[in-house]
Amino acid sequence: MNIHPTTAGMTLAGILFVLGLISMLIRRNMIFMLLSVEIMLNAAGLAFIVASSHWSQPDGQVMFMFILAMAAAEVSVGLALILQLYHQLKSLDSDEASRMRG
Amino acid sequence: MLSLIPALPFFSALVLILGGRAFSRGAVSAIACGSIGIAAAITLLLGIPFVQSGESSIVQHLWTWMQAGNFSAGIDLRLDALSLAFVFVITFVGFLIHVYSTGYMADDADYTRFFACMNLFVGAMLLLVLADNLVLLYFGWEGVGLCSYLLIGFWYKDPANGYAARKAFIVTRVGDTAMAIALFMLFQHTGTLQIPQILAHAPEIWTTGNAIIVLIAFLLLGGAVGKSAQLPLQTWLPDAMAGPTPVSALIHAATMVTAGVYLVARMHVLFTLAPAAQTGVAVIGAVTLLLAGCSALVQTDIKRVLAYSTISQIGYMFLALGVGAWSAAIFHFVTHAFFKALLFMGAGAVIVAMHHEQDMFKMGGLRKQLPAVFWTFLIGAASLSAIPFVTSGFYSKDQIVWLAWSSVQGHTFYWIAAIAGAFLTAMYTFRMVFLTFYGAPATHHTAHTPGNRMMIPLYILAACSTLAGFVELPHTLGHVTLFSSWLQQVLPAVQLQQESVALEWTSQLLAAGLTFTGIYIAWTWVVQKPDGMVRFSQMPFMRWLRRLWFSGWAFDGFYNMLVVRPFVRTARMNRRDMIDRIYTAVTRITEWCHDVLSRTQSGILRWYIMGVVLGAVVILSVLIWRVSV
Repeated sequence: MNIHPTTAGMTLAGILFVLGLISMLIRRNMIFMLLSVEIMLNAAGLAFIVASSHWSQPDGQVMFMFILAMAAAEVSVGLALILQLYHQLKSLDSDEASRMRG
Repeated sequence: MLSLIPALPFFSALVLILGGRAFSRGAVSAIACGSIGIAAAITLLLGIPFVQSGESSIVQHLWTWMQAGNFSAGIDLRLDALSLAFVFVITFVGFLIHVYSTGYMADDADYTRFFACMNLFVGAMLLLVLADNLVLLYFGWEGVGLCSYLLIGFWYKDPANGYAARKAFIVTRVGDTAMAIALFMLFQHTGTLQIPQILAHAPEIWTTGNAIIVLIAFLLLGGAVGKSAQLPLQTWLPDAMAGPTPVSALIHAATMVTAGVYLVARMHVLFTLAPAAQTGVAVIGAVTLLLAGCSALVQTDIKRVLAYSTISQIGYMFLALGVGAWSAAIFHFVTHAFFKALLFMGAGAVIVAMHHEQDMFKMGGLRKQLPAVFWTFLIGAASLSAIPFVTSGFYSKDQIVWLAWSSVQGHTFYWIAAIAGAFLTAMYTFRMVFLTFYGAPATHHTAHTPGNRMMIPLYILAACSTLAGFVELPHTLGHVTLFSSWLQQVLPAVQLQQESVALEWTSQLLAAGLTFTGIYIAWTWVVQKPDGMVRFSQMPFMRWLRRLWFSGWAFDGFYNMLVVRPFVRTARMNRRDMIDRIYTAVTRITEWCHDVLSRTQSGILRWYIMGVVLGAVVILSVLIWRVSV
């Protein structure tokens, strides 16, 4: 059984992304939701790297650097938001933050 | 100068409306009467040199009113023989009615409003008869309709008066609509609405009896019938008596109801081109004068007698127009304006003297108490019933009676109708005189004599009612044709089948004989009351006939059944407004969508994510499916 490395890498990235997505859908704790987002981001980054090695191009690596930087920024903003929400709601349950429901 | 004639009444109406309560009663009277008086003076100043110079018309272009494509309508005034006759009557009789009103309305709370409306009325009518194009004429036409509405419903606190006002407005509107359509068609076919151009080009465009011109003429006739209260749109006029008596005098004598006569006379070329329509005019006139004459015979309200007599006399004018005796119609209009204004104002004086009692059976014996009113009223009544030789009504009406038979378009039936109408006229007129002024006083009111402001117009009009006839004498009596030969600049002369002095004498003697018979019958019927006549009038058939005539041949009931009730029923059915349902449905659906969509805003973050994911999945699957296919 001979699997092409690109296929294996892409499958791994896909599995990671779906795992992140599912955990985001089933978790109610906002910290865990943030973690899931991180997993999904990294899955996307992995896909870039696999693609760049497949085509022997550096663009994918560059893109991954971007994603790392963006993830750092996103985590800081996300944590700040979670902190504020916790202050207001005294809870990390995302379902509690439904004051604007129709 | 010419523009001042309609402008003055309009201006004074504007001043009275805006000035409102700032003026004292004296000032209001001075402004209202003064403006009409000056307009009458200008008419004389302008009219006398105009008649002497023998010019055909004076035209004044003030400004362009509207312009669109090749259509343009200006505020253009034209004075010619026909409009001068009307302007003279409107300003002169209108002035006398205004002076009379200052006495009649002296105690009314809404003095200023009354005179503002009266001035507006006169101004609109002057605009109507002076207009050089049909758009301006239509403007005046509608202005007259509006003012009649305002004045008939003047005492608006009584709902019946408001009903009468609305009835007058809506019934005449039926005719107005026909007239508007006629104007559209005229513009479509001639490309202009200037009256002289239409009259000049109509014979080139249409041959005699062309279907289009017949239709146009009939539509114009519809407008005339509505305004002039002829069959079948005559029902509004008797109810218009709800207004103050000077208003009735103004509507019947000077303005409003004669507008139809003016329109037909003004558009006479079109009617000559459409013989069917002209026959329609004559038939409507003949039938109307008989029906209204019968109705006048059994009324109890003095003003309603006069209202029906106006319908009947306008019927005479229509008959004259229909047989091509154009100038005879206008001549009868002039004399009718004098004696009908006189009769209405006399009736008003009686009504005031009787403390606003209008039922003739509650009057009686007023001859002794109000001698001045009695004599002037008698002169008016004599003129209305055409007593030979001394009254103007005799000369104008006999001309119509004779021409109804002898003109080219005349017919024996018209003549019979006209002469029967003369008999009826004499009978109902003198029934009214005898009921009001003879016999024993029916009430113990002390009648108070009206003041000078009410009496002097009566004297002047009494003189006019007698003297106005002498400008036009028949072949048999001197043959003076001042009026008709002057009008020939505008209106063609009547064409006679044969000129027979002997026949004309016969017709005149017969008419005179029937007039005196009518007066005699009225005398025995009202004053002597012989047993035979009382029994005759108590017969079931006569009582039925009396009820029918009293209700004006049951036209009101008929229209109620045919038009008013179905309309009201439809309105009831449609109270919830069927058409509106469509629009409510649109809002309902929108609201429902809104509700459904707002449910999705659950505030639960994971549901939103689910939505995003599902959306992405759908988009991706579609993309992949399309690429793979």
